[in-house]
Amino acid sequence: MKEIVVVVSGKGGTGKTMFSASLAYLTENKIMADCDVDAANLYLLLKPEIKEKGDFISAQKCFIEEDKCIGCGRCQEVCRFEAVVKEEDKFRIKEIACEGCGACRLVCPQEAINSYQGKNGEWFVADTTYGPFVYARLGVLEENSGRLVTLVKEKARNLALEKRAEYIIVDGPPGIGCPLISSLSGANLALIITEPSLSAISDLERLLNVCSHFRLPALVIINKFDINEDNTDLIAEKCRKRNVEVVGKVPFDRDIPLAIAAQKILVKENPQNSSSQAILSAWKNIRRFL
Amino acid sequence: MIISVASGKGGTGKTSVAVNLALLWAEDKNIQFLDCDVEEPNANIFLKCPLDKKEKLNLLKPVIDSDKCIYCQKCAQVCIYNAIAIVSPRPPQTKGKALVFYELCHSCGACSLVCPAGAITETEVEKGVVEEGQCGNIHFIRGLLRESESSPTPLVKAVKKKIDPRKDVIIDASPGTSCPVVEAVEGSDYTVLVTEPTPFGLHDLRLAVEMCRGLKIKFGVVINRSDLGGRQVYDYLKKEEITLLSEIPFSHELAYRYSQGKTFVDLAELKEIFVALKEKIEAEV
Repeated sequence: MKEIVVVVSGKGGTGKTMFSASLAYLTENKIMADCDVDAANLYLLLKPEIKEKGDFISAQKCFIEEDKCIGCGRCQEVCRFEAVVKEEDKFRIKEIACEGCGACRLVCPQEAINSYQGKNGEWFVADTTYGPFVYARLGVLEENSGRLVTLVKEKARNLALEKRAEYIIVDGPPGIGCPLISSLSGANLALIITEPSLSAISDLERLLNVCSHFRLPALVIINKFDINEDNTDLIAEKCRKRNVEVVGKVPFDRDIPLAIAAQKILVKENPQNSSSQAILSAWKNIRRFL
Repeated sequence: MIISVASGKGGTGKTSVAVNLALLWAEDKNIQFLDCDVEEPNANIFLKCPLDKKEKLNLLKPVIDSDKCIYCQKCAQVCIYNAIAIVSPRPPQTKGKALVFYELCHSCGACSLVCPAGAITETEVEKGVVEEGQCGNIHFIRGLLRESESSPTPLVKAVKKKIDPRKDVIIDASPGTSCPVVEAVEGSDYTVLVTEPTPFGLHDLRLAVEMCRGLKIKFGVVINRSDLGGRQVYDYLKKEEITLLSEIPFSHELAYRYSQGKTFVDLAELKEIFVALKEKIEAEV
C-alpha cells in the first residue's frame, strides 16, 4: 500500500463527499473509507453491498449503585465532565455527560460505581462497483466518534493489505476536532476541498494549521470557484504563501446537486460537463503527488 | 427563550439562519448570540462584533516524572483515550519511557488518581479561548478551539456558562449529532434544523431529528437551496409530521453575499422570509 489520502474541508458542505465519490470512480486499485461517521453519506453514492458488519462498542458509561452509595460526594469532586449530579440528596451520573473515563470508580470508597458498555454504532465492510468500501454509523447522542474513525481506518488498512490495494481514500469529517484528528492520523496526504467564501477561508486556515501541526502535506481544490472570483484569488494567494498547491478549481454547477439528488456521480454520468472536466483535470494534478 | 440552530450535515446554512434570525430578534430587544461551533466559528464574519473580552480556557493534562515512574502501566491501562504509552526499561541498555499524547488526552485526571508512585502531576494546557463583544443589541460570545486540540466539548460548556437567563439566546451549533452538538443544543426551548433537499441532507436530517427527540426538544426544519435537489426531504417531513418552517431558494446573489460575509435581511424579499420564520418559531415555542 502506498498512500492514504484523506478528503477534508474544515467547513462542511463544500463538496467532500461528492469529490470522494469522484475519486472512487477515477482511481484504480484502492479501498474507500467513510470516516465522517457523524454524517456518513458516501454510501448513498457508492451503493454498497454489505459483506461483513459488526457493532461498535465504545467507552463504558458509569452508574452509581444506589444501595451502596454513602453520599460522600468524592465522585462529584473528581469528575471533570460535570457528569455527577446531586438530585434530592442522591448522586446520579448523567449518561450523556459521562465519558466513561472511570475516575469516579477509582475514588469511590464503597465500590458503589459500576459501568456498562453500550452499543455506540455499527461498522460495515462492503463491495461496490468501485471496489471495497468500509463505513460506519455512529448512534446519535453518542461520543467517541474519534474511536469509530480509528476502527474504520484500521479495517480499511487491513483490507488494503489483503487486497494489495495501492491507495486508501478516506472521506473525512468537517471541523478540526476529535474525528478530524483521528482521520488525519497515519495519513500521507490531505486533500482539502474549499469554496470561495470568507467562512470557508477561515476554516481552511485553521485546518491548514492542524495539518502543519501533524506535518501532513496538503493540496487544495476550490469548489464553486466562480461564486466569488476575488475570494478564489485570495485563497490562491494564501496557499502560495504557505507553499500549498491549489490543484483544481471546479465551477458552480447545478448538475452536481441534481446528480446527488439522483444518487449519481456526475463525473461518471456526464464526463463532458464543465465541472466534470474540472474534476478530471484536478485528478490529473493530484496524481503527480501520489 | 433559547433557540438553537443545528443541522446534522455541514454547510446547509446554519450560520446564515442563526445570524439573520438574531438580527431580526435584536431589532427591538437585547439578546445573546452564542457561536458554539468552536472548531470553526464563523458567525462573527457576518456580525462583525468587536471581541474585546477574551478568556483562556485551560485544562489539566498529565506530566509523568520518569524518575518516580515505576513502569507499572496502571495509567496507560486506565486511560480510555489511549493517550499514554509506558515503555518498560530493559536494563542495562535501555531506559524506560513514559509518553503522553496530548492531542488524545481529554483531561479526565484518571491517570494521576491511579498512579501508586505519585509520578503524575498535572499542568495547565490551553484548550482554547472564549471571546465576547457587544454589537448593537447583540451580546456575542464564541469559543475558539486551539488548533490540534481534539475535544471541543469543554469549550462549548464554557461558552454556554455565559448564558444570561434574562435574555433571549440564539445558539449556532456545529454540524453532526455527537457530543459537542448535544452539549450546544441541550437546554434549548426550540431547535431549528437546517437542511438541503438532497439524499445527503435527508440522511443527516434524520439523525438530527433523532437527536432532538432524544433530548426532548421541540424542533422544526428550514430547507435551504430548496430548488436544488428533489422531493425526498419534503416527503419525509410530511410522513413524520414535522413542521416545515421555511424554504430558502438558491440564488447566485445570495451565494455571493454569503461568500462576502454579508447578511441577508437587508434584502427585502429575504427579510420577508426571515420575518415569517421568526413568527413561526415564536408560535411553535
